[in-house]
Amino acid sequence: MEVKFKIKRYNPVKGEYYDNHTVNVSPKDTVLNVLLMIRSGTDQSLGFRCSCKSAICGSCAMRINGRGRLACNTQIETVISENNEILVEPAGNQKVIRDLIVDLDMFWNKIKETTPYLQHMGPPPEREYLCSDEDMLHLSEVTECIMCGACVSDCTILEVDKKFMGPAALAKVYRFVFDPRDNIDDSRLSKVSEYGGIWDCTHCFKCIEACPKRVHPMERILSLRKIAMKRGITDNNGSRHSDAITKSVEHSGTLNELMVLPKSFGWWNIKELLSLIPGGIRMWQRNKMPSILHPKLAGVKNIKKIFKKFKSK
Amino acid sequence: MGIFQHDVLVVGAGLAGQRAALEAMRLGLNVAVISKVYPVRSHSCAAQGGINAALNPDDSIESHIFDTVKGSDYLGDQDAIEIFCQEAPKDVVELENMGVPFARHPDGRIGSRPFGGASYPRACFIADITGQAILHVLYEQLVKAKIRVYEEWWVSSLIVEGGECCGVVAIEMKNQEIHVIQAKAVILATGGLGQVFSPTTNALVSTGEGMVSAYHSGVPLMDMEMVQFHPTSLKSSGLLLSEAARGEGGYLINSKGERFMKTYAPNKMELASRDVVSRAEQTEINEGRGVDGCVFLDMRHLGKDKIMERLGQIRELALIFSGFDMIEEPVPVRPGMHYMMGGIKTDYNGATYLPGLYAAGECACVTIHGANRLGGNSLMETVVFGRRSGKTASEYVKNKNFKSISKDVASNDINLIKTILNRPDRGFKAAKLQSELGETMVSKVGVFRKKEELIEAKEKIKKLKKDWQDVSVEDKGNVFNTNLISVLELRGMIELAECIVEGAIVREESRGAHTRVDFPKRIDEKWLKHLLFYSTNNEPKIENLPVTITNWKPQERTY
Repeated sequence: MEVKFKIKRYNPVKGEYYDNHTVNVSPKDTVLNVLLMIRSGTDQSLGFRCSCKSAICGSCAMRINGRGRLACNTQIETVISENNEILVEPAGNQKVIRDLIVDLDMFWNKIKETTPYLQHMGPPPEREYLCSDEDMLHLSEVTECIMCGACVSDCTILEVDKKFMGPAALAKVYRFVFDPRDNIDDSRLSKVSEYGGIWDCTHCFKCIEACPKRVHPMERILSLRKIAMKRGITDNNGSRHSDAITKSVEHSGTLNELMVLPKSFGWWNIKELLSLIPGGIRMWQRNKMPSILHPKLAGVKNIKKIFKKFKSK
Repeated sequence: MGIFQHDVLVVGAGLAGQRAALEAMRLGLNVAVISKVYPVRSHSCAAQGGINAALNPDDSIESHIFDTVKGSDYLGDQDAIEIFCQEAPKDVVELENMGVPFARHPDGRIGSRPFGGASYPRACFIADITGQAILHVLYEQLVKAKIRVYEEWWVSSLIVEGGECCGVVAIEMKNQEIHVIQAKAVILATGGLGQVFSPTTNALVSTGEGMVSAYHSGVPLMDMEMVQFHPTSLKSSGLLLSEAARGEGGYLINSKGERFMKTYAPNKMELASRDVVSRAEQTEINEGRGVDGCVFLDMRHLGKDKIMERLGQIRELALIFSGFDMIEEPVPVRPGMHYMMGGIKTDYNGATYLPGLYAAGECACVTIHGANRLGGNSLMETVVFGRRSGKTASEYVKNKNFKSISKDVASNDINLIKTILNRPDRGFKAAKLQSELGETMVSKVGVFRKKEELIEAKEKIKKLKKDWQDVSVEDKGNVFNTNLISVLELRGMIELAECIVEGAIVREESRGAHTRVDFPKRIDEKWLKHLLFYSTNNEPKIENLPVTITNWKPQERTY
């Protein structure tokens, strides 16, 4: 079939531009094979990274029709538009060096900041650590991460806040927190509970969609939140926010919107509370301020029962 | 041009390179790694099935040694194999302690699965991502040790002064600057040369330049005719389906639905060593019992659950890249070029014939694999001999100073690049020449070889060598010029192909992966020896070297 590849190009001399290549391919062909075909035929200057061709080395993450994917395991038929076009762009959220090649310094620096190696107390045992196969199998899904950066490319938080650690680095943290051999104190969890960590994710699901493996970064982030709160790492806006919502629903059956924000920041956090005032005034002017009165739902007893049952588990 | 200095410089950041760097770092040296890709992109990540170590009390070191010697068709050096098998278990435990999530036995110990040519299930594994899992953990250790990595730098040549290796010349790909990195010792760990063949199971980065740089510096390569064809590669893409598929119980069947291995290896069946299985498949295909140039890998009887748990990744590979779901149907497979048993001649400490130069992993030839490597032994080799080479190089650099090197040390490299960039377009493209080279090697220097075809391959390579002089570069820019790098890589690949073909012509016998239809028998009296290849201005010069035999006298090899 005939397919039109629209490729976003960049080099320091020509700047940004788009290239069109019409190629004759099988619908089963992969995007990477087509890029290789273009590079070995019509345009040898097309820049992209690639190596294994089998979705294990992580080199060829890029945006294909607007979504972060590996070019090597993306078949034409799965992405082609109605008018037989495919748009190929460099991965998002990172500086472009050349064509489809992005600067990976930010990506790797974020990984390196997580102390990404096993830490155990005391000397290692004489032989291997004794572990269950289940524990290791549980890790094998998250260790499937090939560090391709497709998740980072599509992360909507990183778009607005470069301080966010990002899905790949947080999944890496999960890998150690849930490794029974990693038995240092809770410093990993404390660190990711701070600004830029687990509580800054807004559950947009983009990283899960982009991940070519079974890492499911967002789910890992949610698991980290749970375990952090369970271990008492709660002196932060994120867990206070979560706690405030839970308590409000348990108490009245609905969300007490007026109280959620101050409770999230903490009543003694005067500075941040004051920063809410201008927004509050604007809400009040537009008649959007939630009511000070927060009545309970009629069936709140049943909701309390649910909470009670859940807690007893 | 920048000038950098390190006590030990490791070229290549796969398993062997990273393990070597860690060892040198532990001994308190200034260590750096240089790699043309980010470390976790290295081709070690593609190893799926397992890493061999006799860890289980029911297994034995002796059994691992014998299996390896027999697998090598007696071309492996037995002193090296003994060291390898003895040290393997401790190295695997160390990897576990670093954090590798190995599968477990019910008692919590590291588990293992059966693999080809092995008398005991001794391939330790992590699902079907063994290489990737180990590679990432070693990289974690590299980060922990704060070892400097020159990422996406391409090594162009070795610097040799006064008969000693004392650094490399490299191109920083991001801006095409040429740098000199001085070192008291250099360890090459650049992996295989699969791209000399097409198709191959190897990654696009496996272009063999480490071997080439050593070869150009007068260091001999060894046993280059010994090329492994893996029995289960996918037809069109050439991608690999791990031996773990057969290790977990998969069958190979022909067009009549027969498990044909019963004719060729009645005891070990599908788990005979790779050369035996690949020859069997090719024979079935040649004699008309294949379909479309393939036989079938049948996994259906294992059931969905086991396939998903143990082989999820390779099921997906087969599904995406060949369209067959192994849960429901047999997958067409055929022998595919997979591994280079030969490489830079080293001793069992990783030392080459050039003082200051060491090598480990697939680019090296110790040789524990001889004429045929067993599945699971290559990952283990990278770790054992990566560590040993790191240690030997570190001892070598003690009390050594940096040599003074001449100012124009990079001038040859700079001139070569200039020449290539200035060539007019005469219609010769690197990609086209490379695919001609690859196709020639697969069709004429494949599983079965014969003199006439080898001579044809030799002629073709001669022509390609000449044509390379006219290959031009379309991209004249200096930011990530992959076009230029591919031309440089191609030059080396043609020379490596020359060695492979020359060795295959010279070795007039059949041993391990090298099968000559015109010399179908193994001839120990004449050929129980290694071939060494030296670079000359013309064809490679070939010398012989005796094989080290300790306790295991050559005997007939059946499975």
